[in-house]
Amino acid sequence: MSANSHDLAVDHHDDHGHHKETFITKYIFSQDHKMISKQYLITGLFMGFIGIAMSLLFRLQLAWPDKQFTVYEIFLGKWAEDGVMDPNMYLALVTIHGTIMVFFVLTAGLSGTFSNLLIPLQIGARDMASGFLNMVSYWLFFLSSIIMVLSLFVEAGPASVGWTIYPPLSALPQAMPGAGTGMTLWLVSMAIFIASSLLGSLNYIVTVLNLRTKGMSMTRLPLTIWSFFVTAIIGVVSFPVLLSAALMLIMDRSFGTSFFLSDIYIAGEVLHNQGGSPVLFEHLFWFLGHPEVYIIILPAMGLVSEIMATNSRKPIFGYRAMIASILAIAFLSTIVWGHHMFVSGMNPFLGSVFTFTTLLIAIPSAVKAFNWITTLWRGNLQMNTAMLFSIGFVSTFISGGLTGIILGDSALDINVHDTYFVVAHFHLVMGISALYGLLAGVYHWFPKMFEGKMLNKKLGYLHFWITAIGAYGVFFPMHFIGMAGLPRRYYTNTNFPYFDDLTDVNVVITFFAFFAAFGQLFFIYNFINSIFNGKKGPKNPWNSTTLEWTAEVKHIHGNWDGPIPEVHRGPYDYSKLDKDGNDYVIAGQDYVPQHVPLQDNEEELGH
Amino acid sequence: MTAFLVVLVIILFGVAVWQMNKIFQLSKPEQDNTSEISTDQDNSLNGYLMLGFVIFIYVLLIACFWLWGDVLLPVSASEHGVEVDQLMLVSMALIFVVGIFTEWLLFYFAFKYRGKKGYKALYYVDNHKLEFIWTIIPVVVLAGLIIYGLFTWTDIMYVDEDEDPLIVELYAYQFDWRARYAGNDNTLGKANVRLIEGANQLGVDVSDTYAQDDKIVNELHLPVGRKVLFKMRSQDVLHSAYMPHFRAQMNCVPGMITQFGFTPSVTTEEMRLEDDVIAKVEKINEIRRKKSISLEAKGEEALETYEFDYLLLCNKICGNNHYNMQMKIVVETEKEYKAWLAQQATVASTLKK
Repeated sequence: MSANSHDLAVDHHDDHGHHKETFITKYIFSQDHKMISKQYLITGLFMGFIGIAMSLLFRLQLAWPDKQFTVYEIFLGKWAEDGVMDPNMYLALVTIHGTIMVFFVLTAGLSGTFSNLLIPLQIGARDMASGFLNMVSYWLFFLSSIIMVLSLFVEAGPASVGWTIYPPLSALPQAMPGAGTGMTLWLVSMAIFIASSLLGSLNYIVTVLNLRTKGMSMTRLPLTIWSFFVTAIIGVVSFPVLLSAALMLIMDRSFGTSFFLSDIYIAGEVLHNQGGSPVLFEHLFWFLGHPEVYIIILPAMGLVSEIMATNSRKPIFGYRAMIASILAIAFLSTIVWGHHMFVSGMNPFLGSVFTFTTLLIAIPSAVKAFNWITTLWRGNLQMNTAMLFSIGFVSTFISGGLTGIILGDSALDINVHDTYFVVAHFHLVMGISALYGLLAGVYHWFPKMFEGKMLNKKLGYLHFWITAIGAYGVFFPMHFIGMAGLPRRYYTNTNFPYFDDLTDVNVVITFFAFFAAFGQLFFIYNFINSIFNGKKGPKNPWNSTTLEWTAEVKHIHGNWDGPIPEVHRGPYDYSKLDKDGNDYVIAGQDYVPQHVPLQDNEEELGH
Repeated sequence: MTAFLVVLVIILFGVAVWQMNKIFQLSKPEQDNTSEISTDQDNSLNGYLMLGFVIFIYVLLIACFWLWGDVLLPVSASEHGVEVDQLMLVSMALIFVVGIFTEWLLFYFAFKYRGKKGYKALYYVDNHKLEFIWTIIPVVVLAGLIIYGLFTWTDIMYVDEDEDPLIVELYAYQFDWRARYAGNDNTLGKANVRLIEGANQLGVDVSDTYAQDDKIVNELHLPVGRKVLFKMRSQDVLHSAYMPHFRAQMNCVPGMITQFGFTPSVTTEEMRLEDDVIAKVEKINEIRRKKSISLEAKGEEALETYEFDYLLLCNKICGNNHYNMQMKIVVETEKEYKAWLAQQATVASTLKK
């Protein structure tokens, strides 16, 4: 199978090698996976900039609810007259912040960028299975981003019903201004986003299955590819369900159906709707929504595994256990969605079932965490920026994941459900962790994306340490206000006296939020500057074993100038010693790339 | 305004650093192509910083407890809440032990094995015994937690109606709450939003015989020590009835009736005498006094002194006034409760005129 596809890929290359590229086919409607990956990254980072800027605005509001800020007026205009933020706008900010960060940054920006960049390069393929579909996938994503950004400017404001868009609130424009045109645009944008995500995922799956180079068996795939592959599968399984939920919601909104609505009296009149159930929507939403958090975190796990092995100069500990735990997490992720709904009014027996499945996820997660820690043990750690972010990832994944034990336990969830405890939990375990994974990936593969140019390491270090301190400074104290019983999505916490004593904590959190955001300026500068002025590094800057570093530094269509390299070994032969145990397999070089055949003085170890 | 200036300063500082770095880079002579790859020096510096960072996490943890340990919820005011708190304590203890231990291992290894030229990493691929151990330990610990949690959950959620709990309806709408007591027959009359008309805000079916003695109020009074079963309805969108002091929460869903039951075990008066609560109230009043001073300086009215009360909060985003959708809960002795209830008007007297 893989041998044939190898030949096919060569033919494909020969067919297209002599195409003359114009500016438009090269930079805009490019079908080359490397360019598409950069397009995903830059769009994702731009959306991330908006998302983070929004969070700063509402952090200001939470810390100083009684103060007026001119900065509100500058950015929010009529929604913040005299510098007082409108409660509707506050809800809009948290809604769009959530939507952008979850879907546009951490799904498209992370998975889109690195699946596109690394799948063909690491499995030894000339390009994706379908370059055209890949291009369509990106442009649909771009279109959905545009619609989402445009929705910020509609008359009644953008969607402001929470990123989970629970009906009836999201179905009834009379319930709040943010459930009107803004909500429609949100749904349209997400429907297009889902189409984009599905096209991308199908492409990733087909490419991984069919276009692996000779010798690249599934158990020789780098963990990055395993995680992208499995992520694509859960995307294909779960995203269509959100599409159906969105379509039904659109029908409830516009065509008078009653999928999610029943017995409603609002704005002085009884609605005709009867027989629908908002709980049904919650099931459909979280059937995607929960796998979605793994769609976000799995690629980050893959990137981190790869970067950790490379920079520890050690094989990843328990390669097969890592694959098994990716598969276990992916499977379990599709049967735990009900833990978002313990107090939704669904049958308590279902709550018991979902508690059981949810807590099971801790097992493969624990295995992964211990395997990463063991990978560091007795390594020769090269503290490149990507490595720092990878270590940071494991740290936030542990500290955020552990509180999941509380939230996943239905009895405990009763009192912390929808409080800031949840906010702290998921920001650490999937927000910050996935962001660390994304940043680690950018630092590590920047030379591959930008033809050998490297990001500045000093700015990278500064970026990491500021972010690391800021992230814990924001989300650690947040657990306390959650345990104090403070509900999330409150425009102000001082409208009644009970939570007055939490204002101090909110000020500290906001301070750290600004500190962390400030650190991102170093990254923005470093990123843009290095694209143009970055120093060129060696072809394989991190002395890595995987195939992407054997490809041409200069981007060419087809990746390798000559034939595609064949693979003869697993992806993590770092610091492997020869038979006598005196020296490395290749004398003086502590790594053996995947395309190097088995040496005479080497023992083959299946891993 | 000050905040705006702070933002401005931060941005300008960023710009300054940007420019300085640019100058710094331009002035540097051309280096070899490995200049952006970490050196032994970088490894060492970051290794020490890793060690510093794990200490930072521990200090942050201690500081949070030191500074804000007192903001947490006071002792549970319901019977099942004591069990919930117990389970919480066990889970938290586990989390802290595992968290502190694994974070230490992670950062200590990052420090200890920071790279040096010539150092050989250990080629260590697999160890089935180790992996078995750290699979089986979580399995056993989680099995314990799951079983413990499920027993607690089942105890809370399955309300035995033979116990004759007090039936109270919680009715949510944008943006307030109403409570409907079932009256002497302890059975709620039928109701549907389609029957909402004029003074009949909850859509109670006035022709239903069970509805006649129902009492609709906007302050929740509960007798201590008696099981209460709340039947929840919503008029318009999703709301969530969150009673943090009782460790109770359930969504209010239009089109269906949800329920949650608990037994209040501490009266409002008793709770006000709890040490934690006294300290918390004092702290809040101190904050309010300070605020009042600045308010009075502006010629506005001073804030009232705060007194502790149980609260019912809305905990599901429901619109622009979501943050202010709350109702006072009073837990009192059976006698006080009866006296209060006797003063409330029945549906028959208010709606049937």
